[in-house]
Amino acid sequence: MGKNLYQKIFESHTVAKLPSGQTQLFIGLHLAHEVTSPQAFAMIREDGLKVLFPERTFATVDHIIPTVAEERIRPLKDEIAEEMLVHLERNTNDFGIRFFGTSTEEQGVVHVVGPEQGITQPGMTIACGDSHTATHGAFGTIAFGIGTSQVADVLATQTLAMAPLKTRRIVFTGSLKSGVTPKDVALAYIAKLGVNGGVGYAYEFTGPVIDNMEMEGRMTVCNMAIEAGARVGYCNPDEKTYAFLKGKPFAPKGEKWEEALAYWKSVASDPDATYDDEVEIDCSELEPMITWGITPAQAIQLNDNMPMINSFKESERFVVAEAYEYMGFEEGGKMIGTPIDVAFIGSCTNGRLSDLKSAASILKGHKVNPNVSLWIVPGSMKIKKQAEELGLDKIFIDAGAEWREAGCSLCLAMNPDKLKGRQVSASSSNRNFKGRQGSPSGRTLLMSPAMVAAAAIEGKVADVRKYL
Amino acid sequence: MSAKKIDIVIGSGVPLRGNDIDTDRIIPARFLKRVTFDGLGQFAFADDIASLEIQNKKHPFRDPLYEKGSILVSNQNFGCGSSREHAPQALKRWGINAIIAESYSEIFFGNCVALGIPCYTVDHETAQKILAWIEANPSVPMETSTESRSLKMGDETISLNLADGPRGQFLDGTWHARAALMANVNKVVELASGLPYMSFLD
Repeated sequence: MGKNLYQKIFESHTVAKLPSGQTQLFIGLHLAHEVTSPQAFAMIREDGLKVLFPERTFATVDHIIPTVAEERIRPLKDEIAEEMLVHLERNTNDFGIRFFGTSTEEQGVVHVVGPEQGITQPGMTIACGDSHTATHGAFGTIAFGIGTSQVADVLATQTLAMAPLKTRRIVFTGSLKSGVTPKDVALAYIAKLGVNGGVGYAYEFTGPVIDNMEMEGRMTVCNMAIEAGARVGYCNPDEKTYAFLKGKPFAPKGEKWEEALAYWKSVASDPDATYDDEVEIDCSELEPMITWGITPAQAIQLNDNMPMINSFKESERFVVAEAYEYMGFEEGGKMIGTPIDVAFIGSCTNGRLSDLKSAASILKGHKVNPNVSLWIVPGSMKIKKQAEELGLDKIFIDAGAEWREAGCSLCLAMNPDKLKGRQVSASSSNRNFKGRQGSPSGRTLLMSPAMVAAAAIEGKVADVRKYL
Repeated sequence: MSAKKIDIVIGSGVPLRGNDIDTDRIIPARFLKRVTFDGLGQFAFADDIASLEIQNKKHPFRDPLYEKGSILVSNQNFGCGSSREHAPQALKRWGINAIIAESYSEIFFGNCVALGIPCYTVDHETAQKILAWIEANPSVPMETSTESRSLKMGDETISLNLADGPRGQFLDGTWHARAALMANVNKVVELASGLPYMSFLD
């Protein structure tokens, strides 16, 4: 009987069965950043341990870094941010770990950097102290977020104590209509399967919609698996995966490339693989999606009405009512036309070159509404350079947007980029939780980068399709 | 090297009604700007507390009725969102030693195991019943046990769910996984040498 990708990789990375009944799983690649790693390094220093495989950890700075060029000059104005950065520099230096710092061309959001450097490769297990690590699943890896104690486990042993997940195959059928993007596919499966529907599962994303999707789109789809409760989300590697990796700085070359290809092909799910569950989602009638509430599953198709509280079962009404109260929206109403104050294009979900191109195609020849601040934050310094080579920065600046340096920025507002008061943000990021974008009463509407661009032009939630 | 056994937790309850209470709410991101976990307890639910105070309402984490509590009770999908261990660290440093909810995010659950905080599950009706009991009996001690997977609440004993794996880890002191992982370092090196991709990172 065939196996799926998750089963194959989990099996080949199993070191031992632990006394607890858990599996000791080898981690092929560990990615680190400044927020969740300092305490982990402190733990291993305290126990007098070394990093077992320093060459299999890569670090960058993303969460706390300012995105305005002058504010990135060292020492950072924010003393605590500077301290966190200094810790990461010292820790990576002391333990012999590769660090992509602010002075390098490689710096960027950790989940953007791994793939674009060719560090993320099919058939790996990948862990990072960040819940959006499933992004790397787009390459046919088992990639997942971990806490800081587990970061210390990985540093010291290159392994984690894990229990195997069940697998759910999600088949996306049909083809996407014009103006409908991978972000809309992501919001659609989260809305359909729920914010906790994926707890205990690895999600395999497959079907013609995924086959036809470019790698950057697949990363967006996998990135948000955790928003559906699934710690792991992946696509099977295919020709698009290999083409993406070819020639990337850390990708194998020459004979190694051929050897790698053979391994990468071998990890894809077998045609007769079985799954614990299967779901089909028809995307042929899918419209642009937008969130209206305080969880990523509280999303509707752009022209639908927001749901009535009574349409939910009793145990779910509390959070729905809480969402309407927080957002200040009326049940049954429409999202289109909702005024916005801030527009954000960026993050590990939608801060890649294709996202910037898509936003630029909408913004070209238009002006950002005078009531709106549009911040465009590339996912990495490499993407920034690529975008500038294409002249996208000019389109953005001419439209009245702010063109920034790479970082997580307004996705979670750990740097100076924050909402103020009850501002409404049209955001290409991944979470619309209460207070997520830096103001305890700020409001976030998740949507695709193209939809953010359309909203920025009109100063309110708008249908991107009239700009296509 | 194994950590201490974790079985009985005695303490009053802290009722936190609601689904999908995410880790950004448990500890807002601005409090993650630090290089240790020290002092995080005082910031637990900071924004939820402040927004309720504006409405002259009390969040359970700032309510004298519950401020000495150590058993947190909530509804579905508790701790969803970010992987930040700062969330359970903040709860623990505030005084929480056990959690009962309908379900948890997996990363949060794993982080709690690593910190020695048992996270039990119950069905919706039971969660509502426990929440109501705590609200009617604030500051009255309850008792959870990993050994018997139960909650003693007044005269009643309620069954709690806790998978065999984490239960065993709490009982034999292996909830802190590193020692068990370290014991197999030779096997780790051996497995790594057999993986085809170790030489693929150019």
